[in-house]
This record gives sequence, C-alpha cells and structure tokens, in this order.
Amino acid sequence: MFEPVLLRNVDAPDGHLLANYEAGGGYRALAKALGEHTPDEIIDIVKSSNLRGRGGAGFPTGMKWSFVPKRAGKPKYLCCNADEGEPGTFKDRILMERDPHQLIEGMAISAYAIGAETAYVYIRGEYVLAIHRLEQAIGEAHAKGYLGRRILGSDFSFIVHIHCGAGAYICGEETAMLDSLEGKRAQPRLKPPFPAVEGLYASPTVINNVETLVCVPHIVVRGFEWFRGIGPVKSPGPKLYCLSGQVRKPGLYELPMGIQLRELVEEYAGGPLPGRKIKAVIPGGVSAPVIPERGLDVGMDFDSLSAVGSMLGSAGVIVIDDSTCMVKVATRIIEFFHHESCGKCTPCREGLNWAVKVLRRIEAGQGAPGDLEQLKTLCKGIFGNTFCALGDGAAMGLRAALEHFEHEFVAHIEERRCPFH
Amino acid sequence: MNMREKIEAAAARYPDQRSAIMPALLIAQKEHGHLPGPVLEEVADILNVERIWVYELATFYTLFHTEPVGMFHLQLCDNVSCMLRGSEALLKHLEAMLGITKGGTTPEGLFTLSTVECLGACEMAPVMQVGDDYHGDLDFARVDALLDRLRAVARQATGPVLAPAAPPGE
Repeated sequence: MFEPVLLRNVDAPDGHLLANYEAGGGYRALAKALGEHTPDEIIDIVKSSNLRGRGGAGFPTGMKWSFVPKRAGKPKYLCCNADEGEPGTFKDRILMERDPHQLIEGMAISAYAIGAETAYVYIRGEYVLAIHRLEQAIGEAHAKGYLGRRILGSDFSFIVHIHCGAGAYICGEETAMLDSLEGKRAQPRLKPPFPAVEGLYASPTVINNVETLVCVPHIVVRGFEWFRGIGPVKSPGPKLYCLSGQVRKPGLYELPMGIQLRELVEEYAGGPLPGRKIKAVIPGGVSAPVIPERGLDVGMDFDSLSAVGSMLGSAGVIVIDDSTCMVKVATRIIEFFHHESCGKCTPCREGLNWAVKVLRRIEAGQGAPGDLEQLKTLCKGIFGNTFCALGDGAAMGLRAALEHFEHEFVAHIEERRCPFH
Repeated sequence: MNMREKIEAAAARYPDQRSAIMPALLIAQKEHGHLPGPVLEEVADILNVERIWVYELATFYTLFHTEPVGMFHLQLCDNVSCMLRGSEALLKHLEAMLGITKGGTTPEGLFTLSTVECLGACEMAPVMQVGDDYHGDLDFARVDALLDRLRAVARQATGPVLAPAAPPGE
C-alpha cells in the first residue's frame, strides 16, 4: 500500500495551520538542510533523487538549479509557478489551500540551495482561497522564524512574496511568467539566455512548479534513495494525478510515478459512468495528445507517455466516454488555445484562428471534403515554428484527435451533421 | 488604507515599480468594480509609470474589466472537463433563468454571465466562480438555489452597490 506523502496533510482538519504542520514533522527538513548541508550538497541530493519538474516539461530539477551561476554579482530569485492553468489540472490549488507550509518549506530549502533571498509565488488570481491561505501561512512562518532574517539561527535570510496573476494561461510558460512579473504583457522570451542565467530583472532565476517544490523537503528528510525508489528510476517519486471528466470518482490521487493509466482510471477513479464505456483519455492536461481506450496500458511517467506519442504534462487526466463527440472535444481544445495564444508568433496566432473556423464548421455539419487535409497542413505550419510550447501543444493535440478519431471527423463531413446530436 | 496606500504597500514588494502594475490594477478593480480610463490613469500616476504600460495590462489580462460588470459576476467554466460534465446545458439554463445571453448583464445590474477557461477545480466539475467563491458539482437545482441566495444577499446589501438600470429597450 502506497503511503501518501505530498497529500498527507491535505485531508487533516486545519492542515493549513502552522501548529498542525509542525506537529506532523513540518519544518524539520528546513532545519536539517540549514544545519547539516551546504547549498551545493542540497543541489547534489536533489540531482541524485532524479526529481523532474512537475509543471509539465519534466526537466531535472537539480540540474536546473546547478545552472545558476555561483557568483552572479546580482540578486538571485526563486519563482514558484502556481499559475496552474492547464485545463484538467487542480493539484497545485489543493496543495496551496490545504497545506501551504509544505510549499513554503520547499521554497525555503530550494532558495537556500540556489542562493536566493527572495521568492515570488506567481499564483492565478482566481485562486482566492489559496492566495489567502498562503498569505496567512507566510505570516505564521515569519512569526516563528522560518522566514525572514537569519532563519533558524543560520546565515540564510529569505522572504516570499505573492504575485497574483490575472487570467492568462500563457503565464504558465516560465519566460512569459517572468515578463508578467516585470509588469509586461505575458509573452515568451527567446532562449537562450535561459532564466537560470538571465531571468527576472535580468538576474539568475529558477522557476519551479508547486508540486516540484513540495517534493524537496521529503527528499531532504527521507533521502534521495527513498525518492528514487518510487516508480521508474529515470522519472521517479510520488506523483499527483488529477482525475476529471466522465469518470465515477473524479479527484486528486497521490500514487507512484509510472502507475498504469488503466489502473488509475478504472480502479482508483472508479471507471466510466454507469452505462457508458471509456472512449479516450487525455493523460496530462489538454496539451497532451489524446490516447484511445486501447492505448490505456501505459505507465504514467514522462518517458513511457512520450514513447507512445503523448505526454505526462501536468498529469491532468481527463476521461472521455462513448457519449461524447471527439470533434467537439477537439474544437473546444483548439478554441482554448486560440483564446490563450499571446499573439506574439504568427503561426500560433493565425493558425489556431484558422483551425477553429474549420473545426467549428465540421462540428456544425458544414465541413468540406478537403478540411481534414487543411487541418493537418495547419498543424504542420504551427508545430515547431513558435517561441513557446503553446502552439506545439495545440498542434499535437489536434493531430492526435485526427489520427485516432478520423472516422468521427469523416462522419461529420459525409453525413453533414454531428452524429452525436 | 485607501487605494493609494494599498498600491504603495504592494509596490514595496518589487525592485521595479512596473511590476506593481498588476497588483495595483487588482486593488483598483476591487475598489471601483471595474477599470475605466480615469482609474487606469490614477494607477499610472500613483506608480509613476507610463500610462500605456497600465492600459496594455488592463486589456491583455482577462481578469481585468474595463467595462462595468454586474454585482455578481457568474463565471461558468466551459473547458473540456466541465463540458464533459454538462456545462453547456448549465449555460443554456442560466441564460434562460436570467433572460440574458453569455456576456450580458441583467438590466438591474445584478448579474453578469460569462464563460471562462479552466478554473482549476475540475474535480468538482461543472464549476462556476462568483466573486471570490467557487461553486462546484453544479446541476440545475443547485444553480437555481445559488441564484436565490445571491438575490437575497443583494436585497440585504446596503449602499450604492447596484449599477443603474439600463433604459427600457436597451
């Protein structure tokens, strides 16, 4: 039986309060990190754990930290990416609402490792309760000396500020987030320079997702061997899976990385709604290519999903049953990306606008015989031709829908109506 | 604290005043309900930043409203997870109950109805945000009960919170 680690306080009454966090062993990892380890040792421990970023890209966290120059001559910053906007994803909201101190402890240890004295938590403006709880927790942590000057008697000083987003999906892209933090419209930057060298205010900056940061205290206390021993060794650790859509028990599940998608959907989430059959599953938020039911025997980790042409992304698992029209799902996804395109790159801005028009007419029963070729051409024009991954995610998602459910698109065009209406 | 003091306190968190534009706009919107031109100019003046920097943020980010919204802004998620759990039918129901279409405001200024992209609460889909609160696992009965509660809150509210009614025929 897998013991939840990241969610251990989430269902506890008042788990968000400092006294309860401390009673469960909270802030012992920070004391251990500051008392027993140098910053470089913390980076080595996290490297050895094989922790990979939980925001979606899966980049090795310790390696990201090691890119920060030791002597920069400038302040260094830690940014927590709490702009959880990937449709189907709600894990970071729950972590911040119910256990904000776990995040603060993770940030403090991470900041110590990279030499940052200031962190900004970039959190979606819609997450009012999470913002309130985090503000309250920051106040409590200051009062007890877990934040502020010379933390726990060490030479390390660190403060955390909250920066509220204002409803732009693109801010989840780390360089767009930095522009947004600098008070600009959120648009991705050209890389290099990478943020570790030149990020916020042109200073060395590490951007980590909420779930990535909350793994850190557990790695420090339990050791990297423990972490690496859970799930596949190249992509290990406890993992949060967000189950939603047409499934009996939607919710947040903590299980080992690499669990089988079929087991997650059929056993943990209770399988399809009464009288329905599962048709497809989107495994990692709407940027992740859809997997048809026959493909559900795949491990939920970065490498296994990549090998079958999809991705773990944010682990937002959206279950779609046989009552649902895939053309409609694809249309809604591309409408979303079109709405959220920041407008910087022409292929994404114009290509998605065009794709939405074609998809809407197919769904409305007014599709033309050449429309599927047109959509494929648009995907080709967008993929790989933009600054950031937003356009790529849209193109990959649409391609997968066209590949696995071409018969549904064809039926719409031939029958001149949506067969599901 | 008045608006200026709140904005100045927020600005102290950043080494660059431009970073404070977003928090300042959120503060100003809380104060004024929406962000008309004169408010944007006031924000620019308080922070001593270019007005265009303030305008461009107010129009780029969807949580900022340059036009008035109703006392209760009903923001129904219609992204995939909510769509799979019936958000389309809920939208039609809300439109019928309120007598407005998506994007509209009821004549007495009580409700504005919008659809929004994923609210990050898919475990309780279909979900709707009203003000600071999330309402999940919605069905027609729950939506009706929610509208009744909000109307009761409006009746109890004192002070000039209602926007002026639109003239007949508009």
